[in-house]
Amino acid sequence: MKCRKCGGAAVINMRQHKLALCAEDYLAWLPEQVQRSIEKYEMFSPADKVLVAVSGGKDSLGLWDILARLGYQADGLYIGLGIHGGFGYSDQSRALSQAFAGARGLKLHIVEVEAAYGATIPELAVISNRGHGRPCSVCGLNKRYIMNRVAHDGGYTALVTGHNLDDEVAVLMQNTLNWAGGYLARQAPVLAATRPGLARKAKPLCRIYEREMAAYAIVRGIDYIYDECPHAVGSTTLYYKELLNQLEEKRPGAKLQFYLSFLQAKEAGLFSAAASEPDLHACQRCGQPTTAPGECSFCRLWDKVRAVKGLPTRLPASMLQPHVETEP
Amino acid sequence: MPVKLVYRGKEYEANAGSTVRDAVRKIGLQPETVLAVLDGKLITDDTVLREGMQIRLVAVISGGAG
Ligand code: SF4
Ligand SMILES: [Zn+2]
Ligand SMILES: [Zn+2]
Repeated sequence: MKCRKCGGAAVINMRQHKLALCAEDYLAWLPEQVQRSIEKYEMFSPADKVLVAVSGGKDSLGLWDILARLGYQADGLYIGLGIHGGFGYSDQSRALSQAFAGARGLKLHIVEVEAAYGATIPELAVISNRGHGRPCSVCGLNKRYIMNRVAHDGGYTALVTGHNLDDEVAVLMQNTLNWAGGYLARQAPVLAATRPGLARKAKPLCRIYEREMAAYAIVRGIDYIYDECPHAVGSTTLYYKELLNQLEEKRPGAKLQFYLSFLQAKEAGLFSAAASEPDLHACQRCGQPTTAPGECSFCRLWDKVRAVKGLPTRLPASMLQPHVETEP
Repeated sequence: MPVKLVYRGKEYEANAGSTVRDAVRKIGLQPETVLAVLDGKLITDDTVLREGMQIRLVAVISGGAG
């Protein structure tokens, strides 16, 4: 197959775009697509201080690479979850994130959950007895909290994650099958800051196929963690991704179409009845915005777990500020 | 020499003369979910397999609940 731009040997054929490209033209094309999403959804501008949540995977490292190439001021945040899974998942993903940042002279903040708060994510899940044997719900809660916290403390105006089209469509499918109006109303490429001083949240890869991100990492020579988090195995997200890929196989472009028509329907007000601004106020302990009365769920979770572990509870305010290591 | 496909550490044999896409389907994978790498370089899935080729299939899907 030939590259549509130069006639050279193509390395990727994107049926959804009826477009085949060679390595060089692909490396130029993908960042242009990301830039288009950033502009179209008004995610951030070159004046913004951007914080990229990196996991060591292809999406987040690829995104960081693209943002740096596009000239944005983007620092990274790696959150160490303490997940082993038989092959040192967290250790490996941290090492890859550090190597990536080091080689490019990019600034990476590192927060180790265990060192900062006193337990690993799997431990936290077991002790708190949340999530039916899966650590994903406490993991998500901690990641969201720490990202907001570091963005806030570091003066970042935009917080970005590497969610790709396949991630977004999997969530969309799940929410649609449940007609979860509230979730549908909130699923968006960019979420405005809910309070002054908080960072905007954006997903610059929301229109990029997962396959395109994997291809970008390979062609660009990004060393990323190939094995996924051991707790992702058998997740509903993976199940929906598989289903959607079957659809895509028969109808190239179906995933993108599903997502874009959802955004259009939302724009036209289809979910506005379900949209409600959550009632946010500051957590009495840590000051982070929360919908819970009194203390936020992060503070309450850690109180419970630290009590079980015999650690002092009532985390002092200084500890609620995670210890952040920064390099280079 | 047969054609070899390697996916998640496992080896599969494929027929010379078929395309990467057909070979991927034949071992039960969705073509949409893998990329083919030959000698460290990405190749498109209409590439016709030749005797002696060793192709690494890279899974593109990852991720859990977030
Ligand atoms: S799959 Fe792993 S990283 Fe993702 S939410 Fe679950 S525990 Fe956390
Ligand atoms: Zn070209
Ligand atoms: Zn709190």
